[in-house]
Amino acid sequence: MEELRKKAAELLQSGEVQMVIGYEEGTRHPRPCFISSADDAAKLIYDDRCTGNLAVYLTHKELIGGQKIAITASYFALRSILRLLTEHQIQLDKLVVLTVSAEKEVIQFATTDDITAYLQTAPVPAREDDKALIEKLNAMSPAERWEFWSAELSKCFKCYACRAACPMCYCTKCIVEENRPQWIQPWASTLANIEWHINRAMHMTGRCADCGACGAACPLGLPIHLLSHQIVQEVTDNFALDVNQAVSGDNALSTFKPEDKENFIR
Amino acid sequence: MSEFEPKIVAFVCNWCTYAGADLTGTSRIKYASNVKIVRFPCTGRIDFMLLLKAFAEGADGIIVSGCHPNDCHYTSGNFHARRRWVIFRGLLNFMGIDVNRIQFSWVSAAEGAKWADVVNSTVTAVRELGPYTQYRKAADYLAQQDQSIIDGQEAMIIK
Amino acid sequence: MEKRFITQASINRWLTKIVNDGKHLYAPVKKGDRVDFGRATSADDIVFDHIQTTQSAKSVAFPRTDVLFSYEKEKGKVQLENADLTAYPETVVFGLHPCDAAGFNPLGAIFNWDYKDEIYNARLQRTVVVTLACTKADEYCFCTSVNGGPGNTAGSDIQLTPVKDGFLAEILTEKGEALMKADEAAFEADRGDVKEEFLVKLPEKFDVKAVQEKLQTAFESPIWKAQSQRCIGCGACAYVCPTCACFDIQEDAHGTKGKRLRCWDSCGFALFTLHTSGHNPRQTQAQRWRQRLLHKFSYMPDRLSVRGCTGCGRCSRACPVDMNLSEHLSSI
Ligand code: SF4
Ligand code: SF4
Ligand code: SF4
Ligand code: SF4
Repeated sequence: MEELRKKAAELLQSGEVQMVIGYEEGTRHPRPCFISSADDAAKLIYDDRCTGNLAVYLTHKELIGGQKIAITASYFALRSILRLLTEHQIQLDKLVVLTVSAEKEVIQFATTDDITAYLQTAPVPAREDDKALIEKLNAMSPAERWEFWSAELSKCFKCYACRAACPMCYCTKCIVEENRPQWIQPWASTLANIEWHINRAMHMTGRCADCGACGAACPLGLPIHLLSHQIVQEVTDNFALDVNQAVSGDNALSTFKPEDKENFIR
Repeated sequence: MSEFEPKIVAFVCNWCTYAGADLTGTSRIKYASNVKIVRFPCTGRIDFMLLLKAFAEGADGIIVSGCHPNDCHYTSGNFHARRRWVIFRGLLNFMGIDVNRIQFSWVSAAEGAKWADVVNSTVTAVRELGPYTQYRKAADYLAQQDQSIIDGQEAMIIK
Repeated sequence: MEKRFITQASINRWLTKIVNDGKHLYAPVKKGDRVDFGRATSADDIVFDHIQTTQSAKSVAFPRTDVLFSYEKEKGKVQLENADLTAYPETVVFGLHPCDAAGFNPLGAIFNWDYKDEIYNARLQRTVVVTLACTKADEYCFCTSVNGGPGNTAGSDIQLTPVKDGFLAEILTEKGEALMKADEAAFEADRGDVKEEFLVKLPEKFDVKAVQEKLQTAFESPIWKAQSQRCIGCGACAYVCPTCACFDIQEDAHGTKGKRLRCWDSCGFALFTLHTSGHNPRQTQAQRWRQRLLHKFSYMPDRLSVRGCTGCGRCSRACPVDMNLSEHLSSI
């Protein structure tokens, strides 16, 4: 922690960056904080409880302006950063990407290849509850899965915290706000919510970092991150795309291979 | 009781399947009349939301059909569509939405007989599955509200 | 006001009677690791020892989606049909805390400000509010800082306070009296319990008058930008709040017929108050955050003589990035 604070203070003091995005202690859990002066660097913390995906702030124009930013990125935030770079939403020369390894070492990445190399070797943070629920769902019959999801999604009240928490949901106008024609029913009800969540997940195809921030943000605790997780699964299984890579132009749905396989088209 | 006649909506591309379906007619091949055809320029244009809308508005089954790979009028629309369907179908299945009610196919302008076969077999399959009321039920926010003025939770509590 | 005593077993009997009478019973029920309002069919479903439900009880009068009217166009003629105000179910909302019941006051002030909202009023009229006074609180609760309290009876028809071996029942209104009569035998004579002894002690966190004073001149303050930095602009805080009344009008159109709906809206959203011209008087998250606080703690007290916050702390519990309201208010 001390090392991270020192690093942040240095970066700010030398003027290399104008702001550090990191975590500070919150009411119950660590929360995002934004540090613009070296004196405040002592607030910074980083540990296993820091699971929120800070990459979401990198596309907040009001916050970032034209500033150069340092970010203490968690494992999944690193993936999101790669993706945001691929989608040309952020620029690497405006960014200092830091992480703290499992060995408590502060790492500063110079290139996207370095990030990829780190992601490929560092342990993926385990989410045991999710794994258990996915297994349970996969063991169900389709009818039981429908029961589960329609009951869960019926509760969604469309606060869009899941969208707001996701680094990839940076569109200034979301599909749910499109009303000519009205694609997705904008009110909250079971079907309207199912439509929203199918769209949210579909729009994550090849983009989702599988960070779980959407589900963690939901005030009702709906496990909607499992839907985007399923998409990650489908993309990996069917198109052999790697979430840890930033290959320019390799977008799951705007590219194709003539030899793509499926087993359901007659 | 009369046998259930499923409503099927077919989303087809203009250049292959629509022409193929036309050929089915001009060749005087008889096929089930349950299907309503909606014509699109290309399978690449068939947004997955259209399929969901069809279910919500009363379809019991859906056919999505276009040009065979490499035959797309716009070169690659069907390749893009194929990727989208792979993901969409996987997601629907994970959510328990009945993917057996959606038949995807490639039907060229010369395959009048195949079109008849695709329609007939889909109608038979969906007839066995019965009306897709579960999905439509989810659309009825009024019914939900009458039961629950707070939120959807009664579905969990009252069994 | 009348005081009575009731045991847990008698409460269950009483509630069962109420459900059997055909009334809808809404109460805190367990959902995974959370407790939230839901329809309870039996008293056994109800949770009594929770600190706070995720959502407020406002939905009984202001549901997340409500039909205002329906229409049908036929041969150039339009048929309109208003929502049937008599069709709303007779409802008992049970087990909400005083901060939730107190929320019906600001909510009602907004819905009856210039236009009397028949739908809101009709729904509330058919609702009986039975609160549960608080014997526990957490670090997010701050009712005592906004003139409320763990035993505040405002907005309640009946208030139950957990006391030794049962509950002290305060029958506060005629509606409450009528509800008690559903099974009056369940209610015993008052045992003389002193309510305050059983309530949680919650020290004030800030001086609300001083906050209100400061807000008068805080419109241009840099504090809004500083505080709102981490806000990601969702609707969680507004949707769980017992007093947030902003709504959006939507249309469920199917060809020539359809329904007009009222749905919740939130000042957190970037689209909030966006004009058709593209102009938005609250263009930045800082301005929207300012709107949230000023509306609740300055505009509403000034114009409606009622504060838009009851200190339930839900917004702060629900916020994905821990925008803690009492902390922010204290730091103004
Ligand atoms: S969809 Fe959810 S899991 Fe995927 S990147 Fe966005 S927040 Fe993370
Ligand atoms: S955060 Fe939860 S309640 Fe809000 S829109 Fe997403 S799933 Fe629905
Ligand atoms: S503003 Fe927050 S604390 Fe105040 S009443 Fe609303 S949800 Fe409760
Ligand atoms: S304060 Fe929190 S809950 Fe409210 S809009 Fe901002 S991020 Fe969402």
